[in-house]
Amino acid sequence: MSALVKLSELAINQPATIREFPKTGVAFTRLKEMGLLIGTPVKLVRIAPMGDPIEIKVRGYSLTLRKSEAADILVEPVTAS
Amino acid sequence: MALPSHITKAATPGTPSRQPVYALVGNPNCGKSTLFNALTGLKQKVGNYPGVTVERKIGTAYTQHGHPLTIIDLPGTYSLAARSPDEAVTRDVLLGRRADTAMPDRIVCIVDATNLERNLYLVHQILDLGRPVILVLNMMDLARAAGLDIRVARLEKELGIPVISCEAAKGKGVIDLKLAMSRPDLPLSRHAWAVPTAIASAVAELQASLQDSDKKPPLIARAEALLLLTDQDSVRVAGSNPLSKRTQEILHTWEQRWETEGTDWAGALVNARYDAIGELTAEVVRTGNLNTGPSINDRIDGFATHPVWGWIILGSIMSAMFLSIFTLAGIPMGWIESLMALLSEGVGNLIPPGELHNLLIDGGLAGIEGVIIFLPQILILFLFIGLLESTGYMARAAFIMDRLMSKVGLNGRSFIPLLGSYACAIPGIMAARTIEQPKDRLVTILVAPFMSCSARLPVYLLLIAALVPTSEVPVATKVGLMLLMYALGTFGAFGFAWLFKKTLLRSAPPLMIMELPPYRLPRMRDVFMQMAERAGLFVKRAGTIIFALSIVLWFLANYPKVPAGQPDTDPLAYSLAGRAGHALEPMIAPLGFDWRIGIGLVQSFAAREVFNSSMSVIFAVEQSGDENADTGHLRDAIRAAKRPDGTVLFTPLVCLNLMVFYVFAMQCISTLAVVKRETNSWKWPLFQLGYMTGFAWLLCLAVYQIGRALGF
Repeated sequence: MSALVKLSELAINQPATIREFPKTGVAFTRLKEMGLLIGTPVKLVRIAPMGDPIEIKVRGYSLTLRKSEAADILVEPVTAS
Repeated sequence: MALPSHITKAATPGTPSRQPVYALVGNPNCGKSTLFNALTGLKQKVGNYPGVTVERKIGTAYTQHGHPLTIIDLPGTYSLAARSPDEAVTRDVLLGRRADTAMPDRIVCIVDATNLERNLYLVHQILDLGRPVILVLNMMDLARAAGLDIRVARLEKELGIPVISCEAAKGKGVIDLKLAMSRPDLPLSRHAWAVPTAIASAVAELQASLQDSDKKPPLIARAEALLLLTDQDSVRVAGSNPLSKRTQEILHTWEQRWETEGTDWAGALVNARYDAIGELTAEVVRTGNLNTGPSINDRIDGFATHPVWGWIILGSIMSAMFLSIFTLAGIPMGWIESLMALLSEGVGNLIPPGELHNLLIDGGLAGIEGVIIFLPQILILFLFIGLLESTGYMARAAFIMDRLMSKVGLNGRSFIPLLGSYACAIPGIMAARTIEQPKDRLVTILVAPFMSCSARLPVYLLLIAALVPTSEVPVATKVGLMLLMYALGTFGAFGFAWLFKKTLLRSAPPLMIMELPPYRLPRMRDVFMQMAERAGLFVKRAGTIIFALSIVLWFLANYPKVPAGQPDTDPLAYSLAGRAGHALEPMIAPLGFDWRIGIGLVQSFAAREVFNSSMSVIFAVEQSGDENADTGHLRDAIRAAKRPDGTVLFTPLVCLNLMVFYVFAMQCISTLAVVKRETNSWKWPLFQLGYMTGFAWLLCLAVYQIGRALGF
């Protein structure tokens, strides 16, 4: 298992899997409902021109969230074998 | 699908058997509005849910046999666990919590087939409601193009409900949907899923309480129980019935217990639903030859959100929008003016000179012109907003602007309402309801009227024309002055937003959780329908007020008449309007404004553009006998206006200061009425009236006094 990194600090276009997700908070409940669950594959696609928010790809669609929330989501980069 | 009138007419009135009422629900960006428009055509009624300003759209579709079907188009949402007033309305209508809207009998769920898993989450919640559901898989062509093979028949079998394959933008599948909707017997879903054991007993207890204490039918009670565990019922809107004490207590007890145990109850529930959805999609979706390379969408976004190109594109689109409003709108506005001039002449020839003649031409026709003259600008702005929304660019604009908005404590979603306020604060403020957090929404509403709306445009144009003579000054100066006014308003909005977020409406910085929908070709039919709807709302809400007030204005400026035998008395000074302007003069004299401008300011409360018609009435009245003093000559008239001591009234400093006043003052009762409705109290519109007008007064006082001291 490779080291966990914050979703906000994931390298661009690096496939990863969500490993740790905050249990409470309205933001995180909605993010779960939008399909961000432990074990879900995600990819950081791009960062907005001014450095925040970020765009991720999850379950085949694009979602934006701020770095402040993304920093609470820990992901494991998937190493190409 | 319009049918011959003899068929529809026979079926419409007084059909004895009650037709089922359908609710149309789906995620944002799934093509729900397109489907609603395709189903109902022009048979739509747009209004509001009482007590909240969430748009209520009801339409009528006709079956192949001409039977009418009522369809309620509910606001788009990702989940029934509501996070905004819009979403709360969707939840409450579906759960039968609203007294003003009967619980729909049947539900049409529309999903984006290219994004099935996340779209099915809402469907999964809705299937729990125990009512007949028809599932519409929209954008099947795009799903196929993306390499997704969705086996519709299999999905139908797994869920046990009709599943319709559809391409709403091309009208494909709409007939199939209508056929399904007109079926007298729709099956209930037989989809079963396992509620996680950790929360099963809580669900059972809540369900029992909802049945006993809240008098809910069993299936609704179960659906609500499940919902309460992810929703905490945080968003409540007017018109929805509150939960019983007992249910709230049970919920509270369980939540406390789980918190001490460290159970992630909401997470477990969401996980269980996604597990069930995952099993379902594994059965029905084949991703054989999935296109994995960078899509067209990614390539466009590479430019649209690029650190350099992104700003250039955003700036170009915004500039194109303003240029179109300034130049393109001028053409139909010219037509309207010529048409109204012809009409005035015709009426003038028909009716002999006298009071009725004056009322019809200076009051009535001028009032009608004052309303319709703005339609070209409003239509162009909503054409742009419609195109930006329909193509998916609007979300990118919010993505780019979010950081900037976050500096003043708002999020990218506030960009859209504020941008819309450049046309008119009313739709802008109404668009603010997509902002999830109530305090951020309120801040956006409070500052939105600072954005220079189209009603200020004619005032700026008149004052700039009076300020700089056309022949001597290059056009660039005029454009520069205009942009300065827009910039002042924009800075005002941002400054006060920052201030309110720091003080009065202090709250955590808002979230920015937003889908970036794929780019799509705009659906012009939807764009045009929205334009027509907005223009209609403007004419109905603002237009009637403007028209009525120009008649009232005419009376105020003409009555009472100067008694015979006092030839030296100025008729306007003697009129009611003149007296009101005089009463105001001590307050506005330090700003360089006299009583005649005071009349314009008072009358601007109807709508800011009334200033122009007010000035034309005032100066036409003053030059009684000169019947040519119409709006075309208004600029010359105000430039010629003198103070009693013979000095020019509209000096460059006064013109500029008056524009500054119009940038910042809250002078629109229509906006105040909308704010009252949006915030459900008179407190906020009155606060807005006070702080905006107070700030405008102070700023204008400073500008005029400093300007005078500097010798202008």
